[in-house]
Amino acid sequence: MSDERGLDRRGFLQCMAWTGTGLVWSVAGGVPGSRALGPGHAQAEEAAGGWSFVQISDTHIGFKGAANPDAMGTFEAALARIKALDPRPAFVIHTGDITHAQKAGAFDTVGEALKGVGAERTFYVPGENDVFADGGTEYLSRFAVGGPGRGWQSFDYRGVHFVGLVNVLDFKAGKLGSLGHEQLEWLERDVAPLAASTPIVVFAHVPLWAVYPQWGWVTDDGAQALAYLRRFGSVTVLNGHIHQIMQKVEGNVTFHTARSTAFPQPAPGVGPGPGPIKVPVEELRGMLGVREVRYAPGRDRLAVVDRSLA
Amino acid sequence: MRALLAMTALLLAGAAVAPARIPAQTETARVEIRDQGFDAPSVTVKLGTTVTWVNHDDDTHTVTSTVDAFRSPGLDPDETFSHTFTKPGTYEYYCTLHPLMTGKVVVTPERSGS
Repeated sequence: MSDERGLDRRGFLQCMAWTGTGLVWSVAGGVPGSRALGPGHAQAEEAAGGWSFVQISDTHIGFKGAANPDAMGTFEAALARIKALDPRPAFVIHTGDITHAQKAGAFDTVGEALKGVGAERTFYVPGENDVFADGGTEYLSRFAVGGPGRGWQSFDYRGVHFVGLVNVLDFKAGKLGSLGHEQLEWLERDVAPLAASTPIVVFAHVPLWAVYPQWGWVTDDGAQALAYLRRFGSVTVLNGHIHQIMQKVEGNVTFHTARSTAFPQPAPGVGPGPGPIKVPVEELRGMLGVREVRYAPGRDRLAVVDRSLA
Repeated sequence: MRALLAMTALLLAGAAVAPARIPAQTETARVEIRDQGFDAPSVTVKLGTTVTWVNHDDDTHTVTSTVDAFRSPGLDPDETFSHTFTKPGTYEYYCTLHPLMTGKVVVTPERSGS
Protein backbone atom coordinates (compact mmCIF):
# COMPACT_ATOMS: atom_id res chain seq x y z
CA MET A 1 0.00 0.00 0.00
CA SER A 2 1.31 3.38 -0.91
CA ASP A 3 0.62 4.88 2.48
CA GLU A 4 2.75 2.27 4.23
CA ARG A 5 5.81 2.46 2.00
CA GLY A 6 7.25 5.41 3.88
CA LEU A 7 7.97 8.85 2.55
CA ASP A 8 9.62 9.59 -0.75
CA ARG A 9 12.37 12.17 -0.79
CA ARG A 10 10.10 15.03 -1.78
CA GLY A 11 7.57 14.12 0.86
CA PHE A 12 10.32 13.79 3.38
CA LEU A 13 11.70 17.23 2.60
CA GLN A 14 8.22 18.70 2.80
CA CYS A 15 7.69 17.15 6.18
CA MET A 16 11.07 18.29 7.40
CA ALA A 17 10.28 21.85 6.42
CA TRP A 18 6.89 21.65 8.09
CA THR A 19 7.90 20.12 11.37
CA GLY A 20 11.18 21.99 11.33
CA THR A 21 9.21 25.17 11.64
CA GLY A 22 7.43 23.73 14.64
CA LEU A 23 10.71 22.85 16.26
CA VAL A 24 11.99 26.34 15.75
CA TRP A 25 8.95 27.70 17.51
CA SER A 26 9.27 25.35 20.42
CA VAL A 27 12.94 26.07 20.98
CA ALA A 28 13.16 29.72 20.10
CA GLY A 29 9.62 30.88 20.69
CA GLY A 30 9.80 31.58 24.37
CA VAL A 31 6.08 32.09 24.37
CA PRO A 32 4.95 28.77 22.92
CA GLY A 33 3.24 28.93 19.59
CA SER A 34 3.50 32.65 19.25
CA ARG A 35 5.28 34.06 16.28
CA ALA A 36 5.09 37.60 15.08
CA LEU A 37 4.88 37.78 11.32
CA GLY A 38 4.43 41.12 9.68
CA PRO A 39 1.43 41.80 7.48
CA GLY A 40 3.61 42.17 4.41
CA HIS A 41 4.87 38.66 5.02
CA ALA A 42 1.34 37.23 5.06
CA GLN A 43 0.34 39.05 1.91
CA ALA A 44 3.42 37.77 0.12
CA GLU A 45 2.44 34.28 1.21
CA GLU A 46 -1.06 34.73 -0.12
CA ALA A 47 0.26 35.96 -3.45
CA ALA A 48 2.25 32.71 -3.62
CA GLY A 49 -0.89 30.62 -3.04
CA GLY A 50 -0.91 30.68 0.74
CA TRP A 51 -4.05 30.71 2.81
CA SER A 52 -5.07 30.79 6.41
CA PHE A 53 -7.77 29.81 8.82
CA VAL A 54 -8.74 30.92 12.30
CA GLN A 55 -9.11 28.92 15.50
CA ILE A 56 -11.43 30.39 18.09
CA SER A 57 -12.14 28.51 21.30
CA ASP A 58 -13.99 28.51 24.58
CA THR A 59 -16.23 31.48 23.88
CA HIS A 60 -18.42 30.43 26.86
CA ILE A 61 -21.30 32.69 25.87
CA GLY A 62 -23.52 33.01 28.92
CA PHE A 63 -20.67 32.97 31.44
CA LYS A 64 -21.58 35.19 34.39
CA GLY A 65 -18.69 34.65 36.76
CA ALA A 66 -16.47 37.24 38.35
CA ALA A 67 -13.53 36.25 36.14
CA ASN A 68 -15.19 38.12 33.27
CA PRO A 69 -18.54 39.85 33.75
CA ASP A 70 -18.55 40.74 30.04
CA ALA A 71 -17.78 37.53 28.15
CA MET A 72 -19.96 38.83 25.31
CA GLY A 73 -17.83 41.95 25.05
CA THR A 74 -14.58 40.02 24.86
CA PHE A 75 -16.14 37.67 22.29
CA GLU A 76 -16.99 40.71 20.19
CA ALA A 77 -13.40 41.91 20.56
CA ALA A 78 -12.27 38.54 19.23
CA LEU A 79 -14.63 38.90 16.25
CA ALA A 80 -13.08 42.28 15.53
CA ARG A 81 -9.63 40.68 15.56
CA ILE A 82 -10.80 38.10 13.02
CA LYS A 83 -12.46 40.69 10.81
CA ALA A 84 -9.25 42.71 10.74
CA LEU A 85 -7.12 39.84 9.43
CA ASP A 86 -5.47 40.49 6.11
CA PRO A 87 -5.40 38.27 4.12
CA ARG A 88 -8.87 37.02 4.98
CA PRO A 89 -9.07 33.56 6.58
CA ALA A 90 -10.63 30.84 4.45
CA PHE A 91 -12.68 29.48 7.33
CA VAL A 92 -12.98 29.39 11.10
CA ILE A 93 -12.62 26.41 13.43
CA HIS A 94 -14.33 26.63 16.81
CA THR A 95 -12.81 24.13 19.23
CA GLY A 96 -15.71 24.00 21.63
CA ASP A 97 -17.29 25.39 24.74
CA ILE A 98 -19.22 27.57 22.35
CA THR A 99 -21.72 28.14 25.15
CA HIS A 100 -21.27 28.37 28.86
CA ALA A 101 -23.31 25.47 30.21
CA GLN A 102 -25.73 25.52 27.26
CA LYS A 103 -27.21 28.88 28.20
CA ALA A 104 -30.34 29.65 26.21
CA GLY A 105 -29.65 31.40 22.92
CA ALA A 106 -25.88 31.03 23.13
CA PHE A 107 -25.52 28.68 20.15
CA ASP A 108 -27.46 31.15 18.01
CA THR A 109 -25.43 34.10 19.26
CA VAL A 110 -22.12 32.50 18.36
CA GLY A 111 -23.31 30.97 15.10
CA GLU A 112 -24.72 34.23 13.79
CA ALA A 113 -21.74 36.27 14.93
CA LEU A 114 -19.23 33.99 13.24
CA LYS A 115 -21.19 34.19 9.99
CA GLY A 116 -20.34 37.88 10.04
CA VAL A 117 -16.55 37.64 10.15
CA GLY A 118 -16.10 37.24 6.42
CA ALA A 119 -14.94 33.62 6.31
CA GLU A 120 -16.67 31.04 4.14
CA ARG A 121 -17.90 28.95 7.04
CA THR A 122 -17.21 27.78 10.58
CA PHE A 123 -16.46 24.21 11.57
CA TYR A 124 -17.35 23.22 15.12
CA VAL A 125 -16.50 20.54 17.64
CA PRO A 126 -18.27 20.56 21.00
CA GLY A 127 -16.88 21.19 24.45
CA GLU A 128 -18.42 19.66 27.56
CA ASN A 129 -20.30 22.90 28.20
CA ASP A 130 -22.13 22.38 24.90
CA VAL A 131 -23.41 18.88 25.65
CA PHE A 132 -23.55 18.34 29.42
CA ALA A 133 -27.24 19.09 29.94
CA ASP A 134 -28.78 17.01 27.17
CA GLY A 135 -26.08 14.56 26.15
CA GLY A 136 -25.43 16.58 23.01
CA THR A 137 -28.93 16.47 21.53
CA GLU A 138 -29.09 20.17 20.70
CA TYR A 139 -25.48 20.46 19.58
CA LEU A 140 -25.71 17.43 17.31
CA SER A 141 -29.00 18.59 15.77
CA ARG A 142 -27.35 21.89 14.90
CA PHE A 143 -23.87 20.88 13.87
CA ALA A 144 -23.70 17.18 13.07
CA VAL A 145 -26.59 16.53 10.72
CA GLY A 146 -25.41 14.39 7.84
CA GLY A 147 -21.99 13.81 9.38
CA PRO A 148 -20.29 10.45 9.73
CA GLY A 149 -20.97 10.10 13.45
CA ARG A 150 -21.75 12.03 16.61
CA GLY A 151 -20.14 15.29 15.60
CA TRP A 152 -16.81 14.04 14.29
CA GLN A 153 -15.91 15.06 10.77
CA SER A 154 -13.18 15.46 8.21
CA PHE A 155 -12.65 17.60 5.14
CA ASP A 156 -9.91 18.53 2.74
CA TYR A 157 -8.87 22.04 1.95
CA ARG A 158 -6.25 22.72 -0.69
CA GLY A 159 -4.22 19.62 0.01
CA VAL A 160 -4.51 19.66 3.79
CA HIS A 161 -6.68 17.04 5.53
CA PHE A 162 -8.65 18.34 8.52
CA VAL A 163 -10.13 16.05 11.16
CA GLY A 164 -12.52 17.26 13.88
CA LEU A 165 -12.78 14.89 16.85
CA VAL A 166 -15.28 14.84 19.71
CA ASN A 167 -13.99 13.90 23.16
CA VAL A 168 -16.69 15.28 25.47
CA LEU A 169 -19.72 13.06 24.84
CA ASP A 170 -18.77 10.32 27.23
CA PHE A 171 -17.97 12.07 30.50
CA LYS A 172 -18.49 9.59 33.34
CA ALA A 173 -17.94 9.96 37.07
CA GLY A 174 -14.26 9.88 37.91
CA LYS A 175 -13.28 9.36 34.27
CA LEU A 176 -11.57 11.48 31.65
CA GLY A 177 -12.81 12.66 28.29
CA SER A 178 -12.56 10.05 25.58
CA LEU A 179 -13.12 9.43 21.88
CA GLY A 180 -14.56 5.92 22.05
CA HIS A 181 -14.20 2.90 19.79
CA GLU A 182 -16.66 4.00 17.14
CA GLN A 183 -14.89 7.29 16.55
CA LEU A 184 -11.43 5.73 16.66
CA GLU A 185 -12.44 3.16 14.05
CA TRP A 186 -13.84 5.94 11.90
CA LEU A 187 -10.57 7.89 12.25
CA GLU A 188 -8.50 4.88 11.25
CA ARG A 189 -10.62 4.41 8.12
CA ASP A 190 -10.70 8.14 7.38
CA VAL A 191 -6.95 8.58 7.18
CA ALA A 192 -6.09 5.15 5.74
CA PRO A 193 -6.18 6.20 2.06
CA LEU A 194 -4.07 9.32 2.56
CA ALA A 195 -0.45 9.55 1.48
CA ALA A 196 1.94 10.01 4.38
CA SER A 197 2.99 13.35 2.94
CA THR A 198 -0.52 14.79 3.36
CA PRO A 199 -0.45 17.50 6.01
CA ILE A 200 -2.97 16.68 8.75
CA VAL A 201 -4.70 19.14 11.06
CA VAL A 202 -6.65 17.60 13.94
CA PHE A 203 -8.95 19.72 16.09
CA ALA A 204 -10.78 18.74 19.26
CA HIS A 205 -11.86 20.42 22.48
CA VAL A 206 -10.01 18.61 25.28
CA PRO A 207 -6.27 18.23 24.64
CA LEU A 208 -5.39 14.94 22.96
CA TRP A 209 -2.09 14.88 24.83
CA ALA A 210 -1.58 14.63 28.56
CA VAL A 211 -1.35 18.29 29.59
CA TYR A 212 -2.39 17.61 33.18
CA PRO A 213 -4.44 14.46 33.80
CA GLN A 214 -5.03 15.35 37.47
CA TRP A 215 -7.29 18.14 36.24
CA GLY A 216 -8.78 16.13 33.41
CA TRP A 217 -6.66 17.93 30.83
CA VAL A 218 -6.14 14.83 28.72
CA THR A 219 -8.12 12.51 26.45
CA ASP A 220 -8.22 8.99 27.84
CA ASP A 221 -7.74 7.27 24.48
CA GLY A 222 -6.00 10.14 22.70
CA ALA A 223 -2.86 8.05 22.28
CA GLN A 224 -4.78 5.61 20.09
CA ALA A 225 -5.89 8.42 17.79
CA LEU A 226 -2.34 9.69 17.57
CA ALA A 227 -1.12 6.19 16.72
CA TYR A 228 -3.19 6.34 13.53
CA LEU A 229 -1.53 9.63 12.64
CA ARG A 230 2.05 8.74 13.45
CA ARG A 231 2.97 7.77 9.89
CA PHE A 232 2.20 11.24 8.57
CA GLY A 233 5.01 13.67 8.07
CA SER A 234 3.12 16.62 9.48
CA VAL A 235 0.37 16.55 12.06
CA THR A 236 -0.86 19.71 13.78
CA VAL A 237 -3.22 19.22 16.73
CA LEU A 238 -5.35 22.18 17.83
CA ASN A 239 -7.19 21.99 21.15
CA GLY A 240 -9.00 24.29 23.57
CA HIS A 241 -10.43 23.56 27.02
CA ILE A 242 -7.53 24.79 29.14
CA HIS A 243 -7.84 28.49 28.19
CA GLN A 244 -4.13 29.09 27.69
CA ILE A 245 -1.48 28.60 25.07
CA MET A 246 0.67 25.52 25.43
CA GLN A 247 2.72 23.73 22.83
CA LYS A 248 4.46 20.43 22.56
CA VAL A 249 6.34 18.76 19.73
CA GLU A 250 6.44 14.98 19.63
CA GLY A 251 8.03 13.54 16.51
CA ASN A 252 6.04 14.85 13.55
CA VAL A 253 3.14 15.95 15.74
CA THR A 254 2.84 19.50 17.01
CA PHE A 255 0.25 20.17 19.72
CA HIS A 256 -1.23 23.57 20.41
CA THR A 257 -3.82 24.62 22.95
CA ALA A 258 -5.61 27.92 22.49
CA ARG A 259 -6.71 30.82 24.60
CA SER A 260 -10.36 31.37 25.43
CA THR A 261 -12.21 34.54 24.52
CA ALA A 262 -14.03 34.46 27.89
CA PHE A 263 -11.75 33.86 30.89
CA PRO A 264 -8.30 32.50 31.73
CA GLN A 265 -7.56 29.33 33.70
CA PRO A 266 -4.53 28.64 35.90
CA ALA A 267 -1.35 27.04 34.66
CA PRO A 268 -1.40 23.27 35.20
CA GLY A 269 -1.19 22.39 38.88
CA VAL A 270 -1.14 25.99 40.08
CA GLY A 271 -3.78 26.51 42.77
CA PRO A 272 -6.46 24.16 44.05
CA GLY A 273 -7.93 23.23 40.69
CA PRO A 274 -8.88 24.33 37.19
CA GLY A 275 -11.60 26.88 36.63
CA PRO A 276 -11.91 30.59 35.92
CA ILE A 277 -9.30 32.80 37.53
CA LYS A 278 -9.88 36.43 38.27
CA VAL A 279 -7.04 38.68 37.20
CA PRO A 280 -6.74 42.47 37.41
CA VAL A 281 -9.10 43.95 34.85
CA GLU A 282 -6.28 45.55 32.91
CA GLU A 283 -4.64 42.13 32.46
CA LEU A 284 -7.71 40.18 31.37
CA ARG A 285 -7.71 40.87 27.63
CA GLY A 286 -4.04 40.02 27.40
CA MET A 287 -4.92 36.49 28.54
CA LEU A 288 -7.71 36.03 25.99
CA GLY A 289 -7.35 35.71 22.26
CA VAL A 290 -7.82 34.07 18.89
CA ARG A 291 -5.41 32.18 16.64
CA GLU A 292 -4.57 32.48 12.99
CA VAL A 293 -3.00 29.49 11.26
CA ARG A 294 -1.27 30.14 7.95
CA TYR A 295 -0.29 27.66 5.30
CA ALA A 296 2.16 28.52 2.54
CA PRO A 297 2.47 25.74 -0.03
CA GLY A 298 5.67 27.14 -1.49
CA ARG A 299 7.51 26.67 1.77
CA ASP A 300 5.37 23.86 3.12
CA ARG A 301 4.96 25.48 6.46
CA LEU A 302 2.22 26.04 8.92
CA ALA A 303 2.55 29.15 11.05
CA VAL A 304 0.52 29.49 14.23
CA VAL A 305 -0.01 33.13 15.17
CA ASP A 306 -1.74 33.84 18.46
CA ARG A 307 -3.32 37.23 18.92
CA SER A 308 -4.42 38.45 22.32
CA LEU A 309 -7.38 40.78 22.78
CA ALA A 310 -5.25 43.38 24.56
CA MET B 1 -36.62 29.40 39.17
CA ARG B 2 -35.20 26.03 40.12
CA ALA B 3 -32.55 27.80 42.13
CA LEU B 4 -35.24 29.78 43.86
CA LEU B 5 -37.18 26.64 44.66
CA ALA B 6 -34.03 25.01 45.91
CA MET B 7 -33.30 28.00 48.09
CA THR B 8 -36.84 27.97 49.45
CA ALA B 9 -36.51 24.30 50.24
CA LEU B 10 -33.27 25.04 52.00
CA LEU B 11 -34.84 27.77 54.10
CA LEU B 12 -37.83 25.63 55.03
CA ALA B 13 -35.76 22.60 55.82
CA GLY B 14 -32.87 24.34 57.48
CA ALA B 15 -34.54 27.07 59.52
CA ALA B 16 -32.92 25.97 62.76
CA VAL B 17 -29.67 24.93 61.25
CA ALA B 18 -26.23 26.50 61.59
CA PRO B 19 -24.85 27.90 58.34
CA ALA B 20 -21.66 25.83 58.35
CA ARG B 21 -21.28 22.11 57.81
CA ILE B 22 -24.01 20.00 59.34
CA PRO B 23 -22.86 16.90 61.18
CA ALA B 24 -23.97 13.58 59.80
CA GLN B 25 -27.30 12.08 60.92
CA THR B 26 -29.37 15.26 60.72
CA GLU B 27 -32.52 16.11 58.78
CA THR B 28 -30.77 18.44 56.43
CA ALA B 29 -27.25 18.32 55.15
CA ARG B 30 -25.25 20.72 53.09
CA VAL B 31 -22.38 20.10 50.70
CA GLU B 32 -20.29 23.05 49.63
CA ILE B 33 -18.86 23.14 46.13
CA ARG B 34 -15.59 25.00 45.93
CA ASP B 35 -12.24 24.78 44.17
CA GLN B 36 -13.64 22.30 41.66
CA GLY B 37 -14.63 19.82 44.32
CA PHE B 38 -17.34 18.73 46.78
CA ASP B 39 -16.04 19.69 50.22
CA ALA B 40 -17.75 16.70 51.85
CA PRO B 41 -17.14 13.91 49.34
CA SER B 42 -19.17 11.52 51.52
CA VAL B 43 -22.12 12.40 53.76
CA THR B 44 -24.25 9.97 55.75
CA VAL B 45 -27.87 10.95 56.36
CA LYS B 46 -31.12 9.44 57.64
CA LEU B 47 -33.94 8.45 55.35
CA GLY B 48 -36.00 11.50 54.36
CA THR B 49 -33.13 13.94 54.71
CA THR B 50 -32.83 16.82 52.27
CA VAL B 51 -29.31 17.44 51.07
CA THR B 52 -28.45 20.83 49.61
CA TRP B 53 -25.44 21.58 47.47
CA VAL B 54 -24.20 25.17 47.26
CA ASN B 55 -21.89 26.29 44.46
CA HIS B 56 -19.25 28.73 45.69
CA ASP B 57 -17.10 28.44 42.58
CA ASP B 58 -16.91 30.98 39.77
CA ASP B 59 -17.65 28.15 37.35
CA THR B 60 -20.84 26.20 36.65
CA HIS B 61 -21.21 22.73 38.17
CA THR B 62 -23.79 19.98 38.32
CA VAL B 63 -24.81 17.42 40.92
CA THR B 64 -25.67 14.34 38.91
CA SER B 65 -26.42 10.86 40.19
CA THR B 66 -24.50 8.10 38.43
CA VAL B 67 -27.73 6.06 38.28
CA ASP B 68 -30.08 8.93 37.44
CA ALA B 69 -31.59 9.15 40.94
CA PHE B 70 -31.25 12.95 40.78
CA ARG B 71 -29.84 15.46 38.37
CA SER B 72 -29.34 19.16 38.95
CA PRO B 73 -29.32 21.74 36.21
CA GLY B 74 -26.10 23.66 35.71
CA LEU B 75 -25.50 25.54 38.97
CA ASP B 76 -24.03 28.98 38.40
CA PRO B 77 -22.08 30.76 41.15
CA ASP B 78 -24.08 30.89 44.43
CA GLU B 79 -26.90 28.71 43.10
CA THR B 80 -28.07 25.69 45.07
CA PHE B 81 -29.65 22.33 44.40
CA SER B 82 -31.55 20.16 46.88
CA HIS B 83 -32.68 16.58 46.83
CA THR B 84 -34.65 14.64 49.44
CA PHE B 85 -33.59 11.03 49.82
CA THR B 86 -36.56 8.71 50.27
CA LYS B 87 -34.86 5.33 49.84
CA PRO B 88 -31.91 3.93 51.78
CA GLY B 89 -28.74 3.25 49.89
CA THR B 90 -25.50 4.71 48.64
CA TYR B 91 -25.88 7.39 45.99
CA GLU B 92 -22.79 8.28 44.02
CA TYR B 93 -22.80 11.50 42.08
CA TYR B 94 -20.50 13.71 40.01
CA CYS B 95 -20.35 16.95 38.05
CA THR B 96 -21.08 16.28 34.38
CA LEU B 97 -18.95 19.28 33.42
CA HIS B 98 -16.00 18.18 35.56
CA PRO B 99 -16.28 14.41 35.93
CA LEU B 100 -13.29 14.18 38.27
CA MET B 101 -15.52 15.94 40.83
CA THR B 102 -17.27 13.06 42.61
CA GLY B 103 -19.11 12.49 45.86
CA LYS B 104 -21.59 10.20 47.55
CA VAL B 105 -24.55 10.32 49.90
CA VAL B 106 -25.13 7.33 52.18
CA VAL B 107 -28.78 7.11 53.29
CA THR B 108 -29.39 4.93 56.34
CA PRO B 109 -32.72 3.12 56.91
CA GLU B 110 -33.48 5.08 60.09
CA ARG B 111 -36.08 7.71 59.34
CA SER B 112 -35.21 11.39 59.63
CA GLY B 113 -36.73 13.00 62.74
CA SER B 114 -37.03 9.71 64.56
